[in-house]
Amino acid sequence: MKALVPVKRVLDYNVKPRVKADGTGVDLANVKMSMNPFDEIAVEEAIRLKEKGVVTEIVAVSIGVAKAQDTLRTALAMGADRAILVTAETEVEPLAVAKLLKAIVDEEAPQLVILGKQAIDDDANQTGQMLAALLGWGQGTFASKVEVEGDSAKVTREVDGGLETVSLKLPAIITTDLRLNEPRYATLPNIMKAKSKPLATKTPADYAVDIAPRLTVVSVAEPSKRQAGAKVADVDELVMKLKAMGVAK
Amino acid sequence: MKTLVWVEHDGQAVKDATLSAVTAASKLGEVHLLVAGENVAGVAEAAAKIAGVGKVHVADGAPFAHALAENVAPLVATLMEGHDAFVAPATTTGKNITPRVAALLDVMQLSDILSVEGPDTFTRPIYAGNAIATVKTSDAKLVVTVRGTAFEKAAAEGGSGTIEAIEGVGTDAGVSSFVSAEIAQSARPELTSAKIIVSGGRALGSAEEFHKLIDPLADKLGAGVGASRAAVDAGYAPNDYQVGQTGKIVAPEVYVAVGISGAIQHLAGMKDSKVIVAINKDEDAPIFQVADLGLVGDLFKLVPELTEKL
Ligand SMILES: Cc1cc2nc3c(=O)[nH]c(=O)nc-3n(C[C@H](O)[C@H](O)[C@H](O)COP(=O)(O)OP(=O)(O)OC[C@H]3O[C@@H](n4cnc5c(N)ncnc54)[C@H](O)[C@@H]3O)c2cc1C
Repeated sequence: MKALVPVKRVLDYNVKPRVKADGTGVDLANVKMSMNPFDEIAVEEAIRLKEKGVVTEIVAVSIGVAKAQDTLRTALAMGADRAILVTAETEVEPLAVAKLLKAIVDEEAPQLVILGKQAIDDDANQTGQMLAALLGWGQGTFASKVEVEGDSAKVTREVDGGLETVSLKLPAIITTDLRLNEPRYATLPNIMKAKSKPLATKTPADYAVDIAPRLTVVSVAEPSKRQAGAKVADVDELVMKLKAMGVAK
Repeated sequence: MKTLVWVEHDGQAVKDATLSAVTAASKLGEVHLLVAGENVAGVAEAAAKIAGVGKVHVADGAPFAHALAENVAPLVATLMEGHDAFVAPATTTGKNITPRVAALLDVMQLSDILSVEGPDTFTRPIYAGNAIATVKTSDAKLVVTVRGTAFEKAAAEGGSGTIEAIEGVGTDAGVSSFVSAEIAQSARPELTSAKIIVSGGRALGSAEEFHKLIDPLADKLGAGVGASRAAVDAGYAPNDYQVGQTGKIVAPEVYVAVGISGAIQHLAGMKDSKVIVAINKDEDAPIFQVADLGLVGDLFKLVPELTEKL
């Protein structure tokens, strides 16, 4: 079966985001960009399913600026077989991303779409669920374990109270949580090989999807800062201060 | 504006996260509730007592027993014909169901709102809370999830909502089914409503040390117990303990971080706590930049001493 893995190019998780002085957004000029960490986990899971003989082909998809090619090359270097880039020079909201992915699913007919549960830039946590709705498929969100058995997938989900396991009829949507797996690093030979793997470039118009945004960002601001850095000398002072605050008796 | 609020419950009681969502919804207009589940008459009665609520729509039937998004979302989408906004707490259940509803309605969802600035304008965190965006929607209907720590809880008593059963419910979408759940049972307060939280990090080194050091301190303080991602990944604590960008968002009166460095993804989940206490042997650890009471030193010595002296 085929697996589709959407990946997003985002500010690297180790970089501290800086709000632009004019309040229009976060500064992305000359900063390190990488694959969204949850999407790396999604690519890894697809590769593991391929290594187990469950998945036969992995198609990575990215929707974004031309540079998102780099993110797709990373997915190819990790082990995806081919890639599709849908170029868009402006932000594409999760609903429009889901519509584009639906159009690609209609063409590619994968049995599994594995996505990150959220992107660490907009923290929306929407695309997988929206795609599942548009397709009428089952969804296993926040997955920490995936087992494909015949025409169904058993997905263990990280939920507020602990863990929950659901069974999904294939085709289905899975979104990854942090503990699903540890993504591999692409090796140098594989990075070289990835350069010759097929990468198709498309536009939203090719899929007849309207990506006009529904939301307007009015402004982006720094969060309120905490008064930082007061230290206490020892446990006795800490206990005294906690007692003064009424926390301890 | 008529809002429909998702009631989060465990089959018996209404969860606190619902009460924050009710407050957010009340800033938009009339508050109506949806209780979905199996044998939820008791939950519906409790929900009707929440201050300020109008109708309590009840979908009682087997397909809703485990709040499977595939079964719940079409129900919500139908109810939305008579409502202007769907409001859910940003719990794992809310996050699972709400985008599915939004897509069925062809609406762009606003996730994790922090404030209501107007009928179509909200603030929400982006980049793990390192930036706050003010966002305006042009969609005819609203679909939002609500960050619990950002809104006061509505009073659980004092309301007199009218309970209305939804007729003809009970369709199973037939694409997913519930298999099992491992829900942790703990005598300690739940993280998202605890007044005090003690969290342990990678520095604890093992599950044994985690419990030996963190549990007695939490017991002394009547606190809930949390953990960093590193501690959860290493198996020192279960996944539902994780605090942070991708774990639970908490804002207790007091948050005690033990052997946690203070990565931005961890800070994202706790930096709105009233008082932050940090114990770390590295005086330059980023956690000290947000701590009100920082104690530098070896936790294996300091934590038992603190527990004893409290
Ligand atoms: C996509 C993504 C999402 C993430 N989401 C989360 C999240 O939700 N929550 C989260 O917590 N993390 C999250 N992380 C991980 C985060 O980046 C950090 O790796 C993690 O928080 C580190 O955990 P820690 O502070 O316990 O460990 P470390 O960073 O290893 O810190 C251990 C600290 O203990 C101190 N220490 C060591 N020994 C002692 C001693 N004997 N006494 C006192 N102090 C000692 C050290 O000085 C150090 O500061 C996420 C990462 C990514 C990429």
